[in-house]
Amino acid sequence: MKKTYTDAASALEGVLKDGMTIMAGGFGLCGIPENLITALRDSGVKDITAISNNAGVDDFGLGLLLQTRQIKKMISSYVGENKEFERQYLAQELDLEFNPQGTLAERCRAGGAGIPGFYTKTGVGTLIAEGKEHKEFNGETYIMETGLVADVSLVKAWKGDKEGNLIYRKTARNLNPNMATAGKITIAEVEELVEVGELDPDEIHTPGIYVQRIIQSKDLEKRIEKVTTRTRGE
Amino acid sequence: MAWTREDMARRAAQELKDGFYVNLGIGIPTLVANYIPEGVEVTLQSENGMLGMGPFPYEEEVDPDLINAGKQTITELPSTSYFSSADSFAMIRGGHINLSILGAMQVSEKGDLANWMIPGKMVKGMGGAMDLVAGVKKVVIIMDHNARDGSPKLLHECNLPLTGVGVVDMVITDVGVFTIDETGITLTELAPDVTIEEARERTEANFKVSEAVS
Repeated sequence: MKKTYTDAASALEGVLKDGMTIMAGGFGLCGIPENLITALRDSGVKDITAISNNAGVDDFGLGLLLQTRQIKKMISSYVGENKEFERQYLAQELDLEFNPQGTLAERCRAGGAGIPGFYTKTGVGTLIAEGKEHKEFNGETYIMETGLVADVSLVKAWKGDKEGNLIYRKTARNLNPNMATAGKITIAEVEELVEVGELDPDEIHTPGIYVQRIIQSKDLEKRIEKVTTRTRGE
Repeated sequence: MAWTREDMARRAAQELKDGFYVNLGIGIPTLVANYIPEGVEVTLQSENGMLGMGPFPYEEEVDPDLINAGKQTITELPSTSYFSSADSFAMIRGGHINLSILGAMQVSEKGDLANWMIPGKMVKGMGGAMDLVAGVKKVVIIMDHNARDGSPKLLHECNLPLTGVGVVDMVITDVGVFTIDETGITLTELAPDVTIEEARERTEANFKVSEAVS
């Protein structure tokens, strides 16, 4: 079966519908599927529930879909870099479910692994625990969290082959491998799309079984949120 | 003279022990990396998926694929490893990190921590803070002793939404060092020229004073 598509718009064809749930990889603007997010905006699909660690910034990343009001609900751990998000949320124009970052990552991992729920100490005694099942293990209290599955997962990798095998680079890995497992359909964009056999099988982070469609990214901006440097002699 | 941000970071660095795996929060905690005591080797974990964090890059080394949890550009070390977010929080939640140094809006005398939300005003999210305080062996807070309006931040009870319950082991402020355990909160060090009376005036929580200070 052919997994390769020519561009982001064609890779999204036939899988979008209003009200759908979408996972998008990335931490801040690092390792986000830029081409796929832009194509998702251009598709006009609306009432999206977006699962992503962050909400991008006002004019980049998932912020693009907040500008166009295509997102109905966000499931995130930190949205502090996005003023439009804060405005829409405080004006009650947007639903928001905060998850502790580790809980969010584990919910994706669990969802992809067919695990419907798990117990964690994270958030016990806080707002996060309200309404959730509590259970004691070895004298400590844990809360139950549920696995997450998305209609479509959008991920970004460094290299990929035509089988959908993926290799990430440095901290651009973040939630991408976890979300790749949790999409009913996972679409990957990669900086370098190579022939089968060109990647070392021992180096593959995401096996192709999790990836249904793959494209090579074009014109990546790879914007940096906070360029922090030191000067020589320090 | 009360402690400066640098003084607080330097004092927090004394909690680093040789061989520790450490997670530093955003803000003043990040400065702690500048004061690692001589002869002590620690490995810095960044919860976005990196173990063995190096210094900030020189200008020509800046790499958009290499950032810390504060989204700042950083560098790797020969010992560095990268992993997914789920693996990163397995390390944190699984108790493999020795020490976390974080900022705070409020800390209670029972060690409750609030540092992620002001209802109706600030909605940024908890990021990895709830996982860190639930899973890391020792949690040290660095914060200004009082809020900008002068109100105390070391309280009987936090009135902001909590990040964790009974999770803080030590608080370092411009006033001094406080430890928290089952017996409550104890002032163990005072910044130069700060009196115990002044510390009490600026604090809502009831604290004991260790012999070393009194």
